[in-house]
Amino acid sequence: MRAPDYRSPTIGIDSVELEARLLDLWETEPGLKGFFSTVDHKKIGIRYIVTAFIFLALGGIEALLMRLQLAGPNLSYFTPEQYDELFSTHGMTMIFLYAMPILSGFSNYFWPLLLGSRDMAFPRLNAFSYWVYLASGLFMYAGFLMGNGPNDGWFNYVPYASRDYNPGLNEDFYSLGMILLGISTTAGAANFIVTAFRTRAPGMSINRLPIMIWGTLTASSANLLVVPAVSLAFFLLWLDRQFGTHFFDPAGNGQPLLWQHLFWIFGHPWVYAIVLPAMGMVSHGLPVFCRRPLVGYSMVALATVATMILGFGVWVHHMFATGLPGLGLSFFSAASIAIVFPSALTIFAWLATIWLGRPVITTAFLFFSSMILLFVIGGVSGYMTASVPVDWQLTDTYFVVAHLHYVLIGINLFPVVGATYFWFPKMTGRMLDEKLGVWNFWTMFIGFNLAFLPMHLTGLWGMPRRVYTYSDGMGWDTLNLITSIGSLILAIGVLLFFINLLKSLKSGTPASENPWDAPTLEWAVPSPPPPYNFAVIPTVASRYPLWDGRLADEHLVSATDRGMLLAEGKETVGTSALDAHPDMILEMPEDSFAPLWLSIGLTVVFVGMLCKMWLIIGPGVAICVFGLLLWLWPRRELREREASHG
Amino acid sequence: MSAVPLGYLDAAGPRAHSILPLTWFTLIVSILVCIVVGVILWIAVRRGTRVASVATVPVNRGSSGTHWLSVGLSITAVPLVVTIVWTMVALAATSGPPARPGLTLDVTGHQWWWEVRYDSNQPSEVFETANEIHIPVGVPVLVRLHGGDVIHSFWVPKLSGKTDTIPGQTNFSWMQARAPGRYWGQCAEYCGAQHAHMALEVVADAPADFDRWKARQLQPAPEPTSASEKRGQGLVEYRCGLCHEVRGTRAGAVSAPDLTHLMSRRTIAAGTLPNTPGTVLAWIQGAQQIKPRCLMPDQALSAPQLADVSAYLETLK
Repeated sequence: MRAPDYRSPTIGIDSVELEARLLDLWETEPGLKGFFSTVDHKKIGIRYIVTAFIFLALGGIEALLMRLQLAGPNLSYFTPEQYDELFSTHGMTMIFLYAMPILSGFSNYFWPLLLGSRDMAFPRLNAFSYWVYLASGLFMYAGFLMGNGPNDGWFNYVPYASRDYNPGLNEDFYSLGMILLGISTTAGAANFIVTAFRTRAPGMSINRLPIMIWGTLTASSANLLVVPAVSLAFFLLWLDRQFGTHFFDPAGNGQPLLWQHLFWIFGHPWVYAIVLPAMGMVSHGLPVFCRRPLVGYSMVALATVATMILGFGVWVHHMFATGLPGLGLSFFSAASIAIVFPSALTIFAWLATIWLGRPVITTAFLFFSSMILLFVIGGVSGYMTASVPVDWQLTDTYFVVAHLHYVLIGINLFPVVGATYFWFPKMTGRMLDEKLGVWNFWTMFIGFNLAFLPMHLTGLWGMPRRVYTYSDGMGWDTLNLITSIGSLILAIGVLLFFINLLKSLKSGTPASENPWDAPTLEWAVPSPPPPYNFAVIPTVASRYPLWDGRLADEHLVSATDRGMLLAEGKETVGTSALDAHPDMILEMPEDSFAPLWLSIGLTVVFVGMLCKMWLIIGPGVAICVFGLLLWLWPRRELREREASHG
Repeated sequence: MSAVPLGYLDAAGPRAHSILPLTWFTLIVSILVCIVVGVILWIAVRRGTRVASVATVPVNRGSSGTHWLSVGLSITAVPLVVTIVWTMVALAATSGPPARPGLTLDVTGHQWWWEVRYDSNQPSEVFETANEIHIPVGVPVLVRLHGGDVIHSFWVPKLSGKTDTIPGQTNFSWMQARAPGRYWGQCAEYCGAQHAHMALEVVADAPADFDRWKARQLQPAPEPTSASEKRGQGLVEYRCGLCHEVRGTRAGAVSAPDLTHLMSRRTIAAGTLPNTPGTVLAWIQGAQQIKPRCLMPDQALSAPQLADVSAYLETLK
């Protein structure tokens, strides 16, 4: 008989000895070994952020090249094929390799800190999802560098993507790369969901979740449901292309529209998945600078979830012109208009928070607050396209290009840059330069609006999307020139941001533990946080633990310097899903090479599939098996312990 | 032609016109919302202070502010509900033609041109043309859309919104012109290298003009008369006839635009070039420079051959 496998965690206070012991347990080894084996969520988060910013820069350069070609009529710096690869790669880069991973990066870094935990629920899965993301990015960019980048837009409609019309390897790189990326997204999403429900600090009941968690939690749940659709679609496309199946081939009774359904069933929820976490950042950061709690926390959290649920029922608004029956269209039209409600609610909550608060102007605040206007502009243009008859004119013109850039730059990039100004001190221990920050903000804000506000008119005047050139006499010349100039200014703004990052990393003012006097748990630990995050597991009594006692109506006060020590191994506490009662000691894994091996194995398998060479796929599978064995080999120290009750 | 040939804030026919009020309504609502939110935001942010340390401004729970949400959502609901209802009404009104169509067209999207077939219950009245569509003024025209290769989208903004042409299915669009005129159209779904050069033109004629045009289109190509024209016809049959059709000759292939009445069209190469003797010759010799990757190969004809071909093509009125 096995001895009862539980013990009661010791309750204690923070001490030098405790911190030394925890450091010894949690610190990643220096050098290459540590670099490739670390499972520290903070290191992984920073990797995600740096990689995503590099992809942002690449996508930006692609955009500038396109704007060069479109600056005037009849320009031909690039051939049609080059231009088509540029816009497709730009879309792929920004939507898949920047917008989602950057949010995963921030979430990876900050979730355990926000939740009062020592790591994500599955640290090795976390490392794995980063490596696979990196591999898929390199995989798809390898295609681009070999002149085989995607060339059918990010939405990749068939039959143009089929082998008859697209004989090169372009679409094979893209299809397989997207399936690989889907593995990373799925692993990451599962990890976030379990982390949110199982590894919160005791007392952090679901109604006390930091608001930012709701965004990523909702987005992750959606990703688990929709990523299979797009992975399947790309897999079927690859079969069609390489093995002569007929899923999408009308000559074999396949359905080109099946692609569009599978893609947009994924694609539209994905759009919400890449803005909801960023909206969460704004809801998280604005109150700090408005010196008051967020207005309507519960409503905003519910609006986040409601947006996602409605978001599953709007995908056909990408397909209004495909000849589907009117009755069906009207349902999706109404749903697409109704989805304005939860977004409007969030807007009003932010406006009220600023109006009723005492705003302190910082660069982060400028990005967060200006984003509200950009969101509204992107929102109302989306509302226009939701009306079917109006959309029959708007769709596939530059109006939609303007709309989606207001959504993605307005609701993703601006919050992300704001969040970087907000959290950089926590991540690096140094403040970003505020003076340069103000320049950074205004250059980006003016450049962005100069580029994309007139673009609505370009669209209303009928310029179709995805044309590599246009003739004069269409009325678009001046507007396009303005857009090209604006995009250059926007690019300078982003460059200033990167310069500020590098400069402040070296010589920024040292940051204190809580430079913004913010209320959430990440600000209770040193900047940058130690590898174990919290020396003692905090106990949470309110939504804003570090403001306890100052909002004048709490009876309980959260504790950050006294709590469970959990220093007998690499441990953190598992809590119940809704009320966050502690019910288990989670034994966290040591650093491991298994995620890296599995990622390498998977990459080799995908390279083999690309070449259709079993000689490569075989060893790839062997490496995967090796990685999995290494990962799953039973280890005594990873047995989980139930805490003794009472 | 208007200053913005593809602009859709003005319309030239009932289908496009019936959508305009809804377009303007949503546009004005949108602009108003942006202004109102912008003003509120500006006033709220202007109260802000710059301080050395954020912590010097004390935190305060303040009022709950939830009335902002209830009032805001109530105001939001009004235009949204109006839009939903109006959308349904407009959708019902514009999705099908109001009366029996007076003319039915089969339009097929190809990489990168438009095949146009005029349907009729009289087989002798059926004919084909390409890229330039004549319709009689005041008559609802039903357009059956077919996908020839990849997906394209049929769009003549002044007359009608977009409908995709999808291989394996037939879609329906319709249009009607109020007044004689030329209305520019363009493929609106990305379809490959020359998506940018896949335009079309709808020419609305007075009924009598349309009948004259139609009678001419129904004719086969005239017999060549001069020796040069005859040599030209031989070359067209031998070279162009591998892909193109010239009715009444041995050039009878159907995988490229019908050339029987080429000279009756205002542009060539799906709106890429104006139709002049010079541009036609330039196109024949160097299509790949003008419209890279299009399916028309460069012909490399000798100068005398070109002159003959040109002489013959000039007769295809």
